[in-house]
Amino acid sequence: METMRGCVAAAVLVLFSAPLPAQNAADGLAIGRQMLAEDNPGELWVERGKRLFFEKRGPKNASLEACDLGQGPGKVEGAFAQLPRYFADTDKVQDLESRLMTCMVTLQGFKREDIVKNRFGTLDRDSDMEALVSFVGSKSNGMKMAVPLAHPKEREAFKAGEYLFNRRSGPLDFSCATCHGDEGKRVRLQDLPNMTDAKQVQHVVATGWPAYRGTQATVRTMQHRLYDCNWQMRLPDLGYTSEMSIALTSYLNHRGNGGEIHLPGVRR
Amino acid sequence: MAEPMRIRATLQGDVADVRILMRHPMETGQRKDAKGEIVPVHFIQNVVVTHNGKTVLDAQWSQAVSRDPFLGIRVKGAKAGDKIAVTWTDNRGDKRTDEATVAAAS
Repeated sequence: METMRGCVAAAVLVLFSAPLPAQNAADGLAIGRQMLAEDNPGELWVERGKRLFFEKRGPKNASLEACDLGQGPGKVEGAFAQLPRYFADTDKVQDLESRLMTCMVTLQGFKREDIVKNRFGTLDRDSDMEALVSFVGSKSNGMKMAVPLAHPKEREAFKAGEYLFNRRSGPLDFSCATCHGDEGKRVRLQDLPNMTDAKQVQHVVATGWPAYRGTQATVRTMQHRLYDCNWQMRLPDLGYTSEMSIALTSYLNHRGNGGEIHLPGVRR
Repeated sequence: MAEPMRIRATLQGDVADVRILMRHPMETGQRKDAKGEIVPVHFIQNVVVTHNGKTVLDAQWSQAVSRDPFLGIRVKGAKAGDKIAVTWTDNRGDKRTDEATVAAAS
């Protein structure tokens, strides 16, 4: 009983103990991160995503086994490592979420609006997308990011992403680079990665999203991260799987090439 | 209805280090939903862990335990191949049992 209490208390502490003095906090956080990496609640989303992927669902009563995520129909291994990429059937550059959405619409017959409505889970309602992304992401674990830049549209998305990353806009006159272009920046006590540094961008892209967020008790995806950044900059809502979101993901993920994938991650 | 647990059991000497992740909303009965209505209390009341069928932990939980709980225990006198089974029962009578095999230390 005592051991049990200790463990539950430790888990709770790890999730909610961000504001400590900086020096000791770093050591404590390292221990906490180690614990969470070993027993990441995101694994529960991976399991559910796996079930959802192979289950016959939707108006067309089909599984996602025929879904081509860039490695051939039904092949999820290594898919995350090479996304976003150009897909000939849609004539678009797509990230993991937009590609899964394409498959859910064309193969399973789900309505796009319904998927978008349920893109981010709440305490009252789980999101299928968050589970599917966790499952597919985890199937690239141990591999290295290798996002292609061969097709003209992939290069176009990369260029657009680079422009958007550095473009200051909105009422606060922020760009992504305002917060993520220098060392030592933070929001309150949260350290922000410097995405202009090759090592840091590799780390964030390959181990960052999807991630279990302790404060939100669910897995969040890259689309959610970008949506939230956008909101923090007080820009108009970023459309789910919009061209802008995919351009930014293309830019970041390609620059993360070489990073070793370990997903889902864990975040505050 | 309930989602499966994730159980890992690894041997350290003659002690099995058992780590369990459960999927459960653990509603305290104090939270309000988007419509402003109180979300009914819903939490795991009882957790039983058995080692080869013998009960090694019988715990009573309350609403104070977090959503998607993590439970870590150490079971003495375990051997590789032993069965560890975990059962939780919540206040609505929902039940879930999952089993894992103790793995040799890597």
